[in-house]
Amino acid sequence: VVKLKFLSLSVLVLVGACSKDSPEPPDAASLDYQKQLQTQLITAKPGDVIVVPAGVHPINRGLSLNVSGVTIRGEGMDKSILSFKGQLQGAEGLLVSASDFTIEDLAIEDTAGDALKINEGSNIVIRRVRTEWTNGPDEKNGAYGIYPVQTENVLLEESVAIGASDAGIYVGQSRNVVVRNNRAERNVAGIEIENTFFADVYGNVTNENTGGILVFNMPDLPQPGHSTRVYQNTVVGNNTDNFGAEGTPVASVPAGSGIVINSNDRVEIFDNEIADNDTANIIISSYYATGWEGIRDMGDAYDPYPETIYIYGNRLSGGGSSPDGLDLKALKVAMFGLTGSLPDVLWDGYFNVDKVDVDGNLLTEYAICVDNDGAQVLNADLPNGSADIVVGAAQHSCQHEKLPPVVLAAPLG
Amino acid sequence: MRSIFGLIALGALLVACETASRPVVLHAADNPPALLSDWGLMSADGSSLEFNDGVVPYELNSPLFSDYALKLRTVWMPGDTIVDYKDDGDLDFPVGTIISKTFHYEKLKESDGLLYVHQEEGEATLKNDGSLDLHTYVMIETRLLVKYADGWRAFPYVWNSSQDEATLEIAGDQRDIVLVQGDTNERITYVVPDANQCAGCHVTDHTAKKLRPIGPKGWQLNRDFSWWGNSESQLVNWAAIGMLGGYDGTAPQGVRWLSPGDATLEDRARAYLDANCAHCHNPKGAADTSALHLNIDAPLDRLYGICKTPVAVGRGSGDRPYDIYPGRPQDSILVFRLQHTDPAIAMPELGRSAIHAEGVKVISDWIAAMNGAC
Repeated sequence: VVKLKFLSLSVLVLVGACSKDSPEPPDAASLDYQKQLQTQLITAKPGDVIVVPAGVHPINRGLSLNVSGVTIRGEGMDKSILSFKGQLQGAEGLLVSASDFTIEDLAIEDTAGDALKINEGSNIVIRRVRTEWTNGPDEKNGAYGIYPVQTENVLLEESVAIGASDAGIYVGQSRNVVVRNNRAERNVAGIEIENTFFADVYGNVTNENTGGILVFNMPDLPQPGHSTRVYQNTVVGNNTDNFGAEGTPVASVPAGSGIVINSNDRVEIFDNEIADNDTANIIISSYYATGWEGIRDMGDAYDPYPETIYIYGNRLSGGGSSPDGLDLKALKVAMFGLTGSLPDVLWDGYFNVDKVDVDGNLLTEYAICVDNDGAQVLNADLPNGSADIVVGAAQHSCQHEKLPPVVLAAPLG
Repeated sequence: MRSIFGLIALGALLVACETASRPVVLHAADNPPALLSDWGLMSADGSSLEFNDGVVPYELNSPLFSDYALKLRTVWMPGDTIVDYKDDGDLDFPVGTIISKTFHYEKLKESDGLLYVHQEEGEATLKNDGSLDLHTYVMIETRLLVKYADGWRAFPYVWNSSQDEATLEIAGDQRDIVLVQGDTNERITYVVPDANQCAGCHVTDHTAKKLRPIGPKGWQLNRDFSWWGNSESQLVNWAAIGMLGGYDGTAPQGVRWLSPGDATLEDRARAYLDANCAHCHNPKGAADTSALHLNIDAPLDRLYGICKTPVAVGRGSGDRPYDIYPGRPQDSILVFRLQHTDPAIAMPELGRSAIHAEGVKVISDWIAAMNGAC
């Protein structure tokens, strides 16, 4: 019996072994700009544009903005840099609790926790913002780079996210979101869409993360997610060792994951370039497969199954050659030989047994449809202890009605 | 007209604080004075801090931890206005109310630009005349919460070294201090929050995005306070002088998290978590994104953290599986986050440069004593 948990064993040994000296905090004189920027944020009025001049500006405490209708604008993501090295206080670099907010053309570097968090607001534009931990992947890096949560009508474009110990770009519990033309690399998750309704994720480059693009639903939250389209992205070589802290959801993502759908519904993956992700180019899983504990009581409202998934027209190549984790390695060797590869699509095999036809098959409307130029699906049959692992395409030969594009409402649309 | 001089009959030693000071001044929300003294709430001369007439100090059962700072809280309300006691124990303060909180420590010495202070759990110790002795204590900051017609506003003032004036610092401040406990010295950077960060705690309903006081609630105020010179609850005293309306004498039980014997371990742990976490961790709070609700009236279930896996915890998980793992504090994320000061891990996120050992102990003891499994 092959036990296939998506929990990566190699993660465990990485954790806790790192130590580094904390960088020296900047001296008081160099913090003059910090005080000026804080004052601008505190006294801001709707309609204000706060300009961050070119230069590296040391900041040692969390910044926050609570006024709606404000724009923060730098002179370029490689010119106007807020550097939080040695940050003393604050779980974020910049925390925004406001609507009608635009931030563009600047960088937020080396925050202790999250770089840019926008908590509850509508009409949010994040454009050409770079969030980066400049030391590269490290378990000690902050969790999220660009992190809008409980937001509505969001445009996140042309930004760059590097080195986050969770997700570089993380859209949580939001509605009506466009994430386009960004670059996310060397994070644990490149882009993560979680518990969100109506998201279009396109034109992004997500390479060299642990997992490229994740579409997840977590239990207990105020809203489940559905209706995400992931298309025309480049998702190549996401083979960075998982450096997320154990206990976080992304810590269960195996290195070498291209696009991962977990427990989310109505997800469409098409016209992407997905290549050389060593575990699998596409993974579809339920909450049960994550290796997370505490699943006995998920709450009645939570649907742990990925349903109505539609994968078509992607360019898939080179994935599955060196899966992460002993279980998956053993599975690969057993089924495909030392030089073989896992198929392009990996599915844990869990589905809702209350939604089946007379033959016990999942009703077509909830099915995982893979109509992708002969791409094979490996059903790991986890519900039955992997007793009957199946590889093929026929079982997933179906189509769903395509989702409509996300239309951003005025003033963004 | 209400007057606190009516209290002399209650045995309070208030006569000595009678001063011919200026009246309290309610300044416009968009034009706060640069100097704290211009509010007329309190005056300091380097030897003592004294309060104006009508400024009523109060004490909470279970205060928020702030790097072991002692806190002197006062409330002032204009004219004959009263605070309205709501059935759920909430207090509805009238427009014009000014609440102050003065953060201070017992001072040991100042040396090489570092302030050495005594690290001790405790409450503000006022002299019999209602003043604070500045030979014993050193004040760091005074925060004001002022209620205007469109809501509360927060103004942080930072005390000068001669301890006779505090200056408005909307961008906050930071100060290196050494907490001394027995033979142990711990150096921390005490961070005065900026005016926006005040909202980080005082916006308890993150959708409404309105500031409000957190401490003064029925269960928190339901206790005696020596300033009154009697053993009645503060609520009874407030009602007796006519500053509290709608109070029928019944309030939720006051729970002092620090006092064993007063309440069960669970009650004390929940009081601590309410005071320190629930301003964000409530169903409407900024941390509702985590679905972890630690308000004192929340059911003790998964959303209280019992066997709950985290959502967006980052490295705050500490490689631990659940927020609260019954019987296993060493595997509970809640304890991990209280045990660290790294801003990416520490909870609460603001005002905690030091670890609150006594708080960690209460929460750990409670979880250790908990039955059940995940």
